[in-house]
Amino acid sequence: MNYLIGAFKPSCNISITFSDAKTRKQVPFKKENGQTVMLPLFQSQENISGKVSVEPVPGKKVEHNGIKVELLGQIEMYFDRGNFYDFTSLVRELDIPGEIYERKTFPFEFSTVEMPYETYNGANVRLRYVLKVTISRGYAGSIVEYQDFVVRNYSPPPSINNSIKMEVGIEDCLHIEFEYNKSKYHLKDVIVGKIYFLLVRIKIKNMDLEIRRRESTGSGANTHVETETLAKFELMDGAPVRGESIPIRLFLSPYELTPTHKNINNKFSVKYYLNLVLVDEEDRRYFKQQENIFCWCERPVCLGGPTMAYPSCRLKAFHNGQTYVDGGDAQRQQQISPI
Amino acid sequence: MIADRAEDEEKWLAAGMTGLQQNAFHMHRALDSNNLRDALKYSAQMLSELRTSKLSPHKYYVLYMRAFDELRKLEMFFKEEARRGCSVIDLYELVQHAGNILPRLYLLCTVGSVYIKSKEAPAKDVLKDLVEMCRGIQHPVRGLFLRSYLSQVSRDKLPDIGSDYEGDGDTVVDAVDFVLQNFTEMNKLWVRMQHQGPAREKEKREKERSELRDLVGKNLHVLSQIEGVDLEMYKETVLPRVLEQVVNCKDEIAQFYLMECIIQVFPDEYHLQTLDVLLGACPQLQPSVDIKTVLSQLMERLSNYAASSAEVLPEFLQVEAFSKLSNAIGKVIEAQVDMPTIGVVTLYSSLLKFTLHVHPDRLDYADQVLGACVKKLSGKGKIEDNKATKQIVALLSAPLEKYNDIVTALKLSNYPRVMEYLDNETNKVMATVIIQSILKNKTQISTAEKMEALFELIKGLIKDLDGIPDDELDEDDFKEEQNSVARLIQMLSNDDPEEMFKIICTVRKHVLTGGPKRLLFTVPPLVFSSLKLVRQLQGQEENPFGDDLSTTPKKIFQLLNQTIEALSSIPVPDLALRLYLQCAEAANDCELEPVAYEFFTQAYILYEEEISDSKAQVTAIHLIIGTLQRMHVFGVENKDTLTHKATGYSAKLLKKPDQCRAVYACGHLFWVDDQENMKDGDRVLICLKRALRIANAAQQMSNAARGSTGSVTLFVEILNKYLYFFEKGNPQITVASIQSLIELITNEMQSESTTPDPATDAFFASTLRYIEFQKQKGGAVGEKYEPIKA
Repeated sequence: MNYLIGAFKPSCNISITFSDAKTRKQVPFKKENGQTVMLPLFQSQENISGKVSVEPVPGKKVEHNGIKVELLGQIEMYFDRGNFYDFTSLVRELDIPGEIYERKTFPFEFSTVEMPYETYNGANVRLRYVLKVTISRGYAGSIVEYQDFVVRNYSPPPSINNSIKMEVGIEDCLHIEFEYNKSKYHLKDVIVGKIYFLLVRIKIKNMDLEIRRRESTGSGANTHVETETLAKFELMDGAPVRGESIPIRLFLSPYELTPTHKNINNKFSVKYYLNLVLVDEEDRRYFKQQENIFCWCERPVCLGGPTMAYPSCRLKAFHNGQTYVDGGDAQRQQQISPI
Repeated sequence: MIADRAEDEEKWLAAGMTGLQQNAFHMHRALDSNNLRDALKYSAQMLSELRTSKLSPHKYYVLYMRAFDELRKLEMFFKEEARRGCSVIDLYELVQHAGNILPRLYLLCTVGSVYIKSKEAPAKDVLKDLVEMCRGIQHPVRGLFLRSYLSQVSRDKLPDIGSDYEGDGDTVVDAVDFVLQNFTEMNKLWVRMQHQGPAREKEKREKERSELRDLVGKNLHVLSQIEGVDLEMYKETVLPRVLEQVVNCKDEIAQFYLMECIIQVFPDEYHLQTLDVLLGACPQLQPSVDIKTVLSQLMERLSNYAASSAEVLPEFLQVEAFSKLSNAIGKVIEAQVDMPTIGVVTLYSSLLKFTLHVHPDRLDYADQVLGACVKKLSGKGKIEDNKATKQIVALLSAPLEKYNDIVTALKLSNYPRVMEYLDNETNKVMATVIIQSILKNKTQISTAEKMEALFELIKGLIKDLDGIPDDELDEDDFKEEQNSVARLIQMLSNDDPEEMFKIICTVRKHVLTGGPKRLLFTVPPLVFSSLKLVRQLQGQEENPFGDDLSTTPKKIFQLLNQTIEALSSIPVPDLALRLYLQCAEAANDCELEPVAYEFFTQAYILYEEEISDSKAQVTAIHLIIGTLQRMHVFGVENKDTLTHKATGYSAKLLKKPDQCRAVYACGHLFWVDDQENMKDGDRVLICLKRALRIANAAQQMSNAARGSTGSVTLFVEILNKYLYFFEKGNPQITVASIQSLIELITNEMQSESTTPDPATDAFFASTLRYIEFQKQKGGAVGEKYEPIKA
């Protein structure tokens, strides 16, 4: 295709720069081709301003029907690749139709832009923000240039952030009480908790805590769900006995997590689950999945001190309840249900 | 199959080692290039080798030690990093990103150690965090090793009194809490091993557990090393919490080992002050725990402590150690109904040793212990268990060893009662021990009552118990035993003759019950002991108070007479004869003519009636002659009777040479050097001449029977007698008679019919040489000899 590119080589260079490019925070971003680039980071309601400079190839002129810059928020589904759904679209006209003979710079500004969704790069869906400069030309097609940027929206720390505490089990086989110190975690947070063994009649080999991401795209009958395990963190080695309590401390920072996204523009949702998995000596898995909400925190808690908190894990009065066995490979996988 | 297993295990270990070393190599490279990320990655991979379940604790230890060495290097690196400005807190977080828990926790402990050292956080917080996080390892072997690693790296970083890490809210209480918690968790893991895996591998598991026990015990050692653990804290915190764990774990192996550990690692002084707490735990242990060993060790330690210095003794009194121990033992025995006899006895034996060390003056305590022991043994009959009887011997020996004095032991009224539970065999052993003790310490048994008590103790040796003679007795053993009894009797002595007489009577009473086999050994020493008393009295004025009841030699002799008579039942006439003669001599020295005569009579009767063997007769007659010769107490009449009899016996011996020798020996009866009235030269000559005649007859008999006259030895012997009496100045022995005897011998020797005998030749030659020698001496003797021509 090189010759084509050569043939249709744009007769000018377009560059887009942000006005505060030097001071603005840059974050790594993984492009479609797998490369990681650094992109400027914005929040909703920020002013996005900068300059677009058009520089014709020396000796040539650029004839156009007008130049515009657009700020687009797009959602792209992978099963419908190339088809973007713009949920945000703002336009600034930069130039009236005419000719450009030499480098010309156009300032632009989008003030207090509403950017409700965050940049997301998932398994089946992508949400991106981009500045798109278009030099419209009548016959030869428009010249287009894109500049991506990243949006993250920090939320204040939740005022209510209860711990999650639950007694679960399989009747006469395994009763545990687990506790996570919060139900909402920010992305650099630490999950602290405890698992208390109330009854152990199976020979447990080990216990892991998994972070699973459930990304659902589409809606209705077309809903497509993709689940990935992002972290597999061993909590316990060996078989505990009744009365043991095992501490949980999982640092979230090493994992590539994103905030929880709920029904983004009716297109997709991203949810996170903590999955507690116990494996017995015959490699049967017993698990209990628990939804947790992740978010970016306005003021991430300082990680200055060691995390050494132990939530108290008191024994509750034990009520016998029904046993729930999940469908599917019941022999191999068994969900632990609340009692 | 076992060999296969071992082989497989070797392979797994080798594989683990290889994996470990490879990753260690990469880790080193990362460390050298200061690449923290890689260092963490490879160290985690290296530590993953420790996740294996295939190795026995023994082999796992090898792997662990290797990893341990590597972790030291990593720790150095972390220290360097911290010095270079890398935040330890960040490191502390960073290592926790590892996905596998075992490597994660090893790394966490390693960084934790650096963290405490950096003092960026209070030591107690870090320690608390580490010990809590380690709960994630529930696998016994891996958990024990991990926690032992934690214990190892934290040892020098405990906020002990005087340590760098004390202060700012970090106190020794935190250090103790930390160690106790780690100990508790380790013990739980260790106990849990017992209940995991199939029942048929129980033995193997127990072996593995014993290999791991020191890892658990180490914690107690660490506790004992903490300076800040003073008595107060030990009493209030350490001991109750350790004991709580020991009691609650309900595991036989752990309880036994940990109790032993507690006793060994903590100071004696602490044990003494917390005795009730420690002892209170004992009855709560599992019934199968070998509690006797535990308590014995405790008592042994306390005994040694008491022995170490007299200054500590008041402490024992203050805490009433004895009664506490005594109670505790009672309770333990009650609680453990099935405790075998050996256990009971061992406990009491230890307690006895303890009280002997701590309260040497409280004999009542010792007696109390023995009494309690008797109570427990009662109803069980004789003890059959070999080990148990050994323990009883130890129990009974303890007071002897302590006091070195049987007299003290005799005051213990329960002592013989305990002995009753021994079987006959052991009873004897014990009796021998008692006697040995007396002999060794030269103990004086000063009163008849004590003697009575002593003989009660050693009656196993004195008579056949239960009246049944033991047929399977080893002859040598029996002799050994009886010899020791004999030695005991020999040792008897008391300066007060009255008491001594009573003692002798007591001994006699017991000895005479011994039966024929024993009398042989016991009567002679008894006789000699009595004679010793006689000699003692002999020096004193007789009957100073004129009191009829007081001891006189006469009384003793009466007793002796009866005593020796007892021998007639055996019968050992030659022994009895000797003893009679001994007594006669003693009576002679006491100037008791009738008594001496009586003894002689008895001896003669024995000779006539009992001694029939010709060899024995020869010996006896010479003894009689020898004794009789020394008697000076006899009047003429008695003397004549006895002498006449002796001469008569001599002439009636069977063999001519014996006759001859006895007869010339009789010559001495008429010639006592230092008594002027006892020099009857005529009768001496008669004897010698008669001897010559017998010698002659002997020669002729020999000639007739064998064709040769035999040797002239008898003549040479008679010549020597002639020379003796000649020299002593017997006027009947003339030069002529000597001369003719010499000629006779010379002729006989040259005679063809005489059997040449070099010994006789030499004897004769030296006799002649003697004559020559006397001649050359000159003076009166020389003159006397001068006429004799050799």
